[in-house]
Amino acid sequence: MNNSEPINEEWLFEIKPKNNFFSLNLKEVWRYRDLLLLFVKRDIVTVYKQTILGPLWYLLQPLFTAIIFTIIFNNVAGIKTGGVPSLLFNLAGVIIWNYFATCLNETSDTFKKNASIFGKVYFPRVIMPMSIVITNLVKLGIQLLIFIGFYIYYVAIDKFAFQLDNKIILFPFLIVIMGFLGLGLGMIISSLVTKYRDLTFLVTFGVQLLMYVSAVMYPMDLIKEKLPQFGWLIEYNPLAYVIETSRCILLNVGELSVKGLLYTLVFTIVVFLFGLVIFNQTEKKFIDTV
Amino acid sequence: MSKKRIILKAENISKQYRLGTVGTGTISHDLNRFWYRIRGKEDPYLKVGESNDRSTKGTSEYVWALQDINFEVEAGEVLGIIGKNGAGKSTLLKILSKVTAPTTGVIKSRGRIASLLEVGTGFNPELTGRENIYLNGAILGMTKKEITSKLDEIIEFSGCQRYIDTPTKRYSSGMTVRLAFAVAAFLEPEILVVDEVLAVGDAEFQKKAIGKMQDISREEGRTVLFVSHDMDAILKLTKKAIVLENGSVVFKGNSDEAVRKYITSKNAIKTIQSWETIDSAPGNQYAKLKNIQVLNSKGKANYDFDVSEEISIAIDYWDFNAENKNTAIIQIFNDYDVLLFSSNEFNAPEWERFHDGKESIINTVCKIPSNFLAEGKYTVLVAVGNYNPNRIHLKIENALTFSIRDNFLEGVVTVKKNIGGNWPGIIRPLLKWEVTKEI
Repeated sequence: MNNSEPINEEWLFEIKPKNNFFSLNLKEVWRYRDLLLLFVKRDIVTVYKQTILGPLWYLLQPLFTAIIFTIIFNNVAGIKTGGVPSLLFNLAGVIIWNYFATCLNETSDTFKKNASIFGKVYFPRVIMPMSIVITNLVKLGIQLLIFIGFYIYYVAIDKFAFQLDNKIILFPFLIVIMGFLGLGLGMIISSLVTKYRDLTFLVTFGVQLLMYVSAVMYPMDLIKEKLPQFGWLIEYNPLAYVIETSRCILLNVGELSVKGLLYTLVFTIVVFLFGLVIFNQTEKKFIDTV
Repeated sequence: MSKKRIILKAENISKQYRLGTVGTGTISHDLNRFWYRIRGKEDPYLKVGESNDRSTKGTSEYVWALQDINFEVEAGEVLGIIGKNGAGKSTLLKILSKVTAPTTGVIKSRGRIASLLEVGTGFNPELTGRENIYLNGAILGMTKKEITSKLDEIIEFSGCQRYIDTPTKRYSSGMTVRLAFAVAAFLEPEILVVDEVLAVGDAEFQKKAIGKMQDISREEGRTVLFVSHDMDAILKLTKKAIVLENGSVVFKGNSDEAVRKYITSKNAIKTIQSWETIDSAPGNQYAKLKNIQVLNSKGKANYDFDVSEEISIAIDYWDFNAENKNTAIIQIFNDYDVLLFSSNEFNAPEWERFHDGKESIINTVCKIPSNFLAEGKYTVLVAVGNYNPNRIHLKIENALTFSIRDNFLEGVVTVKKNIGGNWPGIIRPLLKWEVTKEI
């Protein structure tokens, strides 16, 4: 059959044993953008089907966490929140932290959870974790509503006065960093989980532990002041900067460290790119080992 | 001679799998691989591995599910891929549809490939039929716009108009499959890879599905790779086919020939098997098989039987068993591999007397009565062993084959009398009916 005419036409694509190191096919991802949106829609629509409270569940979870944090850390343990109502302080921390935690938890399960779909049909695998991050962004948006609600309450009733300034434009940027960080770490872990299931267990409680060193329910200064020997844990934790900065923007408490933010940005980019590469390498063969 | 355009080309495709569970060995192999790679050497585990014959016991942990697969597909061609279970069909499909990567080799394509390894991938039971059409279509690679433009056709083809805005969890399983196939049928890739999705739905829908497949290839000129166990569908839909066996291509060419090759390799006509010497014969120190045959009433080896004929299974074996009394055993399986019955030589009145502990050759014949088995193809398992304690000295699956048909011979009474068509039931005994009449 080799004597068919010499064809000058190029091959459209090749299926080879290994992906090139940086062969993320952005064009292909773009072609599947509708799928991305449909996955997001599916995840949002189906999660609370046949529940009575529906999307209210999105609100209750951070609210109750924040209330419990307020009772334990502020009322019992007496952590000061710098003049800001403790509930508001905790709510901001919890909501932003939650975004990262759910992104990480859910993306780290990508390959294992979707093995049945991935085993039957091809689409750029990265669509899956991307859809998770976007779905959670919608959730975050809803959760911010409750924050705004309490914000207005405290301003009106409690005479808590604070003027938002133009630093607020930094906030979406912080959320994007949080999303990319969760996505990047999630992709790394999901790739390793296909072979080594041990990590699944590590992630669930690892994320819990991480929360305590991410300045979620206390100001960053507090640790540096009380436990100087563990200050580095916070200092090198990019998540702590994101949460601290968000609170600085929204509630004017804590400091805005430009150096810390730049560090966070670089860290996120490195983690995300590394995640993409390893995810890309894994997606070709994971179905044999998952 | 018109020049053809090669749209898909597989070059030296191989796929290696590691057997057993993924456990502590994995990390050491991975590290070893990594060590070889950074020194610029070849993967040490690529050299090992055996061909993938399920039934034999191998020594290596690695097997080759596919080895050196080469083929080309022309644009607009429908290529059939046939092979037994475990021949490597699914692995090849998975590689073609990019679900997994080959271990070596490359597939080059000039068109978008969409694969249908399963219908309804990603269906969410909570979503309505319409929402699922969008979701499933997008998973298969369609854009929202494409789906919207074909939505009415898809719904009509599925025949689920009334339920289209109901969650699919309320659908019957048949309806789900119809809807799923309808989505797939309106895919428009240059190359469509189809696994045995046609084996779903009722007869009417299957006909519709086959018709749609024919349209896709003939009228729309698209390339289809079609994998099936259904030789009928292969013959109807394809002109060319490849036959896979233990991970290698054993035949490439006309589908007619390919199907014949496949059927004979699976259901070879085996009416006689004999072993010249004791050494080459199957068995152990207690018994060795000498000769087995399917015989007709004239004592001749035969394959095609009429339903009214008696079938004899003859088994001759060397009996060396001084401790226990050996017995020959047969088991009859139909085309669906259902064990119909098993029968033992010890039912013979002479059995007790003949097995006296002395070395001898035992010649046995088991007679399967006429008008007893249904029409179809049968395989015979032959074994020799002893009971109490139970021991099998030799066992050959698929040792003999025969086929039974109702030829409506003149002057012969059968269950069917002269009625055509399929007769229900896995056996077809001619039974005695007693009838009285009251007025």
